[in-house]
Amino acid sequence: MFGYYLDLALRSLKRHKVLTLLMVLSLALGIGACITTTTVLRLLSGDPLPQKSGQLFYPQVDPNAKEGYIAGQTEPPATMTYVDAMFLLHAHRAKRQAAVALTSGKIAPQRANERPFYSDGVQTTADFFGLFDAPFEYGSGWTAADDEGGSQVIVIAGFLNQKLFGGANSVGKTIRMNDHDFRIVGVLKPWSPQPRFYALDLGGHDYGGDGDAMFLPLKTAMDLKMGPQDIECYNAVTDVDNLAAAPCMWLGVWAELPDQAAVADYRTFLANYAKQQVAQGRFSRDETALLDLMGWLRDQQVVPDDVRLQAGLAYGFLLICVLNTVGLLLAKCLRRSREIGVRRALGATRGAIFGQFMVEAGIVGLVGGVLGLCFAELGLFGIRHQPAEYASLAHLDLSMFLFTFVVAVMASLVAGLLPAWRACAVAPAPQLKAS
Amino acid sequence: MELRPIFSTLRRHKTTAWLLILEIALTCAIVCNAVFLIGQRLQRMDLPSGIAEHELVQIQLGPIGKNADAKAQSATDLAALRQIAGVRQAAMTNQMPFSCCSDSTGSIMLDPHQQQGTAQVAEFMGGAGLLSTLGAELVEGRDFQPSEYVDFDAAVQALHDGNARGLPQEIILTRGLAERLWPGQEALGRTVYFGDALPFRVIGVVASLARPKQLEQGVQYSAVLPIRMTVADGSSYILRTAPQDREAILKAAVAKLKQLDPNRVVLVKRTYDDARREYFAGDRAMAGILVGVILALLTVTALGIVGLASFWVGQRRRTIGVRRALGATRGDILHYFQAENFLLASFGIALGMVLAYGINLFLMLHYELPRLPGIYFPVGALVLWGIGQLAVLGPALRAANVPPVVATRSV
Repeated sequence: MFGYYLDLALRSLKRHKVLTLLMVLSLALGIGACITTTTVLRLLSGDPLPQKSGQLFYPQVDPNAKEGYIAGQTEPPATMTYVDAMFLLHAHRAKRQAAVALTSGKIAPQRANERPFYSDGVQTTADFFGLFDAPFEYGSGWTAADDEGGSQVIVIAGFLNQKLFGGANSVGKTIRMNDHDFRIVGVLKPWSPQPRFYALDLGGHDYGGDGDAMFLPLKTAMDLKMGPQDIECYNAVTDVDNLAAAPCMWLGVWAELPDQAAVADYRTFLANYAKQQVAQGRFSRDETALLDLMGWLRDQQVVPDDVRLQAGLAYGFLLICVLNTVGLLLAKCLRRSREIGVRRALGATRGAIFGQFMVEAGIVGLVGGVLGLCFAELGLFGIRHQPAEYASLAHLDLSMFLFTFVVAVMASLVAGLLPAWRACAVAPAPQLKAS
Repeated sequence: MELRPIFSTLRRHKTTAWLLILEIALTCAIVCNAVFLIGQRLQRMDLPSGIAEHELVQIQLGPIGKNADAKAQSATDLAALRQIAGVRQAAMTNQMPFSCCSDSTGSIMLDPHQQQGTAQVAEFMGGAGLLSTLGAELVEGRDFQPSEYVDFDAAVQALHDGNARGLPQEIILTRGLAERLWPGQEALGRTVYFGDALPFRVIGVVASLARPKQLEQGVQYSAVLPIRMTVADGSSYILRTAPQDREAILKAAVAKLKQLDPNRVVLVKRTYDDARREYFAGDRAMAGILVGVILALLTVTALGIVGLASFWVGQRRRTIGVRRALGATRGDILHYFQAENFLLASFGIALGMVLAYGINLFLMLHYELPRLPGIYFPVGALVLWGIGQLAVLGPALRAANVPPVVATRSV
């Protein structure tokens, strides 16, 4: 039966080539636009650390002045002062914790007659690597003792190791950064979570790139006056060089909390700390927050407005394309009332007519889907050439590939529903009488 | 033209007619908003910076820790750069309007006891000749005098020691900022405060000087401070030259700087036009995407109209033949289809306007966009009417060509 419908549908589609082309093209355009923007949207709102994101939390406290504070509405700032970050770290209330800031440094080449270059880096604490599952090629991270002592140790990314040492095991070797010697303790495998969630509000980019090139202890960086990328001060600063005591926020703190109980405990601990600071007069606001990784990404709106706007636009576009296809299919099926009348008179049931028209719509959808996939590839090619941080990441993956076909067939079946229903409602007698 | 027969025909094709109306309405709504968004982007890209954009090049060298010689080095560099043939002026600045990366802002206050600042102001800092090199036009007061400049590290030290004397005492504001602080009043001679009630006297007003980024805090809210910068503070050299010489000057300047010290790292070298283009690249791309979407939408809708109209013409061949046989001219048939399309488009446009307004309200709520100006409604209507008429012309002409003999021919 299905084979017969298929044959009928193909004949009908062939009879009106231009019209068929029109339907397929418009559906394909709509689908292509949707797939392109959905891919980008998914890419940008994806989970950078799927195996662990549920256990990673971002505590926030608010040292700002009372003025402008509305209880329950004002959210605490994204970063922390050194004092607060160190208190949280030293309290050891989480399985692992790390304080993070971004920096950059001038790296001297290993070979003569090469030029020095600047690389992006992270200043952080020992647990950073375990906390975020950063994989090591050689060596390991530094220890808590290195943190305390401000040792000049460094972990470098695989690509920097490739550039400086040709990829050989460089643990124990020394590199010169900002005119200071650092001993390499570890080399990372390629590691570049997208978005770069651990540095969302610390300055720099959120997407793209090969990841940060080097990681060094926070205290070491402070001793060597390697300033962080982004500083926000809530009071008049008298000594910008003494960041440890300055009323400035520049650190992001992350905590690993394995279960609900640990999260609840940490929340209470954080709230108590804020209350205690208010009582001591250091804080004027006792608002705190403890968002998990995905919640933090949403809160920071990592997905740019433009991308969401584009997605909305694409779905509107698809809606118009579907409407267009419905109109054309409907017009076509109404013109074939006589043919339907004859088929009904010869014994075809309403269901059979309905099936026949749905098969026709389905074929349009399937072809539209294939073409839409081509358009999506074209669209993503366009996205890759856009001046955006995430541009290089825009690729069609298998799930989006399947999604395309589901969307295409669904869209065309929805488009075919009304015409098919109208077709099977055709009464045979008047149609036969008319001729 | 009698509309009654059109209505009665359309009533027989209610569903199809409604589909077409809906399609036109949605197209109208989306196109109106998309054109509006494009307008917003273009407006943003067109913001005046207040400087001699086509005459400037920028070179930024990598800072190398705290270099005691930075001051001397920067002075030597500037002197050497001024020697290059074609360089009209050279200066150092910590930031440029509409350009990425470095950006220094401060909270400005009118009263030393104010808890919260009146505005977040972009602070431009640089030594002698900054304003004239940038080409910012001084409209009131004067530029800084040589004695008023303070070195950046001295200013930091003074701040540290709480010694207000060591800080600069003068400031130059943009007209936009002065208007914001003292609407309709004289700004010269007044005092503003930064940080811990540090006073600065306004000695000049420039016509315009846009901030580097965070434009939402007020594009023109900028101030210039007489603080000499060095390479160590992450500042850039800016050179002013004739527009056609920029590329050559850029090359010569980089060569000169490398010749002075081959170990330096050039972080940024670009013409200001490039910097500005880069800053607005996202807006340009978005505008391009929107133009593409609008064209695709209009094409799809037009093709939809062509398709439906063709079918209607095919379906009504007999009726047309009868009308022609009863004396209707070709023009009558042509006008009939044109009027029908006009009618459908009008319904669609009316519905589309309501939708466009709704979408705009949604966007205003979620994306901080202004209200859709009224002019978009009549213009959008005209465009859609035009496209409808254009799309229906082919099928209508075909209908007009149906010979009267069709009426008598049996099918």
